[in-house]
Amino acid sequence: MKGLSIENVSMRFDLHNGNSIQALKDVSLEIEEGQIITVLGPSGCGKTTLLNIVAGFLAPTEGRVVLNDQIVLGPGPERGMVFQQGALFEWMNVRSNVAFGPRMKGMPKDEQNEKVKHLLEVVGLADFEDKAVYELSGGMQQRVALARCLANDPDVILMDEPLGALDALTREKMQGLVIKLWKETGKTILLITHSVEEAVLLGERLLVLAPRPGRIHKEYTLPFAEMGSSMDLRDVKKLKDYTETRDEILSIIWEMEEEIMGRVEEN
Amino acid sequence: MTILIIYILIFIAAFYAVKVVSSMRTSRKDYTSLKTVTFGDESAVSPNRAASIISVFSIFLIWAAFTGSKLIPFHVPGPFIGELGFSYTAMNSLGETDDAEVTITIYDVQTGEIPDKLDIEPGTGFAINDTYQIVAWRSALVKVKRNDVGGKDSDYKVIAINDQEISPNNELFIDDARIYMTAKGTLSVTPSKGWQMQPVWLPAPETVWSRLIKVSSEGYKNFSLFEHLGWSLLRVVVGFTAGALIGIPLGYAMGLSGWFRGWFDPIVEFMRPVPPLALIPLVIIWFGIGEQGKIILLFLASLWIMTISARAGVSGVKIAKIHAAYSLGASKWQIMRLVIVPNSLPEIFTGARVSMGVCWGTVVAAELVAAQKGAGMMIINASKFQMTDLVIMGIVLIGVIGYAIDILMRISENYLVPWKGK
Ligand SMILES: Nc1ncnc2c1ncn2[C@@H]1O[C@H](COP(=O)(O)OP(=O)(O)OP(=O)(O)O)[C@@H](O)[C@H]1O
Ligand SMILES: [Mg+2]
Repeated sequence: MKGLSIENVSMRFDLHNGNSIQALKDVSLEIEEGQIITVLGPSGCGKTTLLNIVAGFLAPTEGRVVLNDQIVLGPGPERGMVFQQGALFEWMNVRSNVAFGPRMKGMPKDEQNEKVKHLLEVVGLADFEDKAVYELSGGMQQRVALARCLANDPDVILMDEPLGALDALTREKMQGLVIKLWKETGKTILLITHSVEEAVLLGERLLVLAPRPGRIHKEYTLPFAEMGSSMDLRDVKKLKDYTETRDEILSIIWEMEEEIMGRVEEN
Repeated sequence: MTILIIYILIFIAAFYAVKVVSSMRTSRKDYTSLKTVTFGDESAVSPNRAASIISVFSIFLIWAAFTGSKLIPFHVPGPFIGELGFSYTAMNSLGETDDAEVTITIYDVQTGEIPDKLDIEPGTGFAINDTYQIVAWRSALVKVKRNDVGGKDSDYKVIAINDQEISPNNELFIDDARIYMTAKGTLSVTPSKGWQMQPVWLPAPETVWSRLIKVSSEGYKNFSLFEHLGWSLLRVVVGFTAGALIGIPLGYAMGLSGWFRGWFDPIVEFMRPVPPLALIPLVIIWFGIGEQGKIILLFLASLWIMTISARAGVSGVKIAKIHAAYSLGASKWQIMRLVIVPNSLPEIFTGARVSMGVCWGTVVAAELVAAQKGAGMMIINASKFQMTDLVIMGIVLIGVIGYAIDILMRISENYLVPWKGK
């Protein structure tokens, strides 16, 4: 079966002092090929942990992750990652960064260069091949990170707050880019974000995680990502449906945050 | 002490002078000059070029002024040179008194000329006139009684100088000299020394310069200047390279494997705080004073620094970079080569800079202890013969080379790891 399935995944961290933290409990999720899923939740609810398990950086204490009928046992090129920041290689120029994956596969040099050229055009950084990455702005660096991930042609793209470090305007532009890439490449995307607005806008499906233990609290199926591919994102954000969904989810998150704070105060 | 006060005065004076001058010029309106908060804002503090130039210049100026250098027209007062005269009053065993003149020629040995003895009249009475010669900066016993009639009598004594009374264990001052009477009644004359330094303490800049010219053409102790410095440098380069060749892989191993870290941590942590100089005696006992011992010493000096910096370089790699590389299909070896090694280069460069500095200091110290050639040997040998000019020349050259090494390292750092600190 094509697609990504997360089956009854639980994750418990054993701390040095003998306590343990249940970061995830019995999380199950079926993702079809080509879907874009956003994950929301209060801080510390296990979003990064979930993503790291799917990426193969962490082995779950229970359950398993299956991608295209293969059990995930470790990191692999069929699952690309985009991090919040600082994951580019400063000692390489833009071209070498983007060409990193193809190079690992042993692709010939001129094919690599062609691919880089094409992808940089796609992410809006044409002719930036020879720039050093530390010369680029934060937004440009994330574009390079996206291009680097795409160059490897993964089945699934995993993003952990990819736009989290960007200013509001750049962020809006980058949201458009994510939708465009999703539509054009047809990749399966799992995107974690702190921004409710972003999650509602980009998620075909939106998961709200609840903390302690981390679990799926609610799931929404939303039309805005699809709309976004054919209309201006700013107009989408003005739709009544959009604002209502956003406010509803916002209040759920608020409630959870307040509950956490309350618990802290009681302690 | 005086010199320090003068230096501080120049510091303050130059500060106000430069301030006045630069306020007269129309000031440039750059970003920093528009900042209102500069105190505490490190980025607003850039070295004042004028201050640097004046600083170096005034050190030379003070040096020249206090050594009577010919390079500048004004000096602090030097030692008294020329003829000094005073009269003394002696009393003989019969209680009679008589006066006589003493003429002292004070001359500078540096000029190489010893003045002729003065021809003087013996004078009248039982006290006979005397003449003496004293080298500048020295003092001398002036035995005025020796030629006097009855001067050998035990109760023949000098009772006054220039009509001022004097008694044993007391001193008095005349123009340009201090006169002290010893317990036995002999006069000790110290001509005024002025403020200038004696050449054996601090030679004038031009003396040091001419020594440099001389040594670079004639060499010193069987080796040319170039060989002395070259050998020191060669030892540093060989010792440092050996330390880096072992230390960097060891550091990587410690950063990547728990077994290596566990095994070497106690050794590295123990050896790190031991100053390399403290190893000199042991190295001499084990390996002798030849090249082998020195290179092993320098190897040890750089080994720990390079190990620690390579280990820090590996530990400093952001986990996101490693994760990203794995997700892009890199193998362990590729991650090592393409991520871990380049990521650790800035740390390694910092380590190399520190290590080169330490090695340079250590080699000079080791050569001070025992060597046939080298910068350290040159200056310790010169100091044994009181060739202060050569000692100062050596120190300046050692400083210049150390500085040059650091600049070279910095340039290659900017060239090889341009992403450092970005
Ligand atoms: N290596 C670890 N050791 C122990 N506990 C961990 C570890 N990693 C995560 N945790 C715990 O697991 C929980 C979930 O962490 P996680 O990083 O997945 O949260 P998150 O939802 O990504 O938070 P944020 O939104 O702040 O990034 C937290 O309570 C955290 O303290
Ligand atoms: Mg997180």
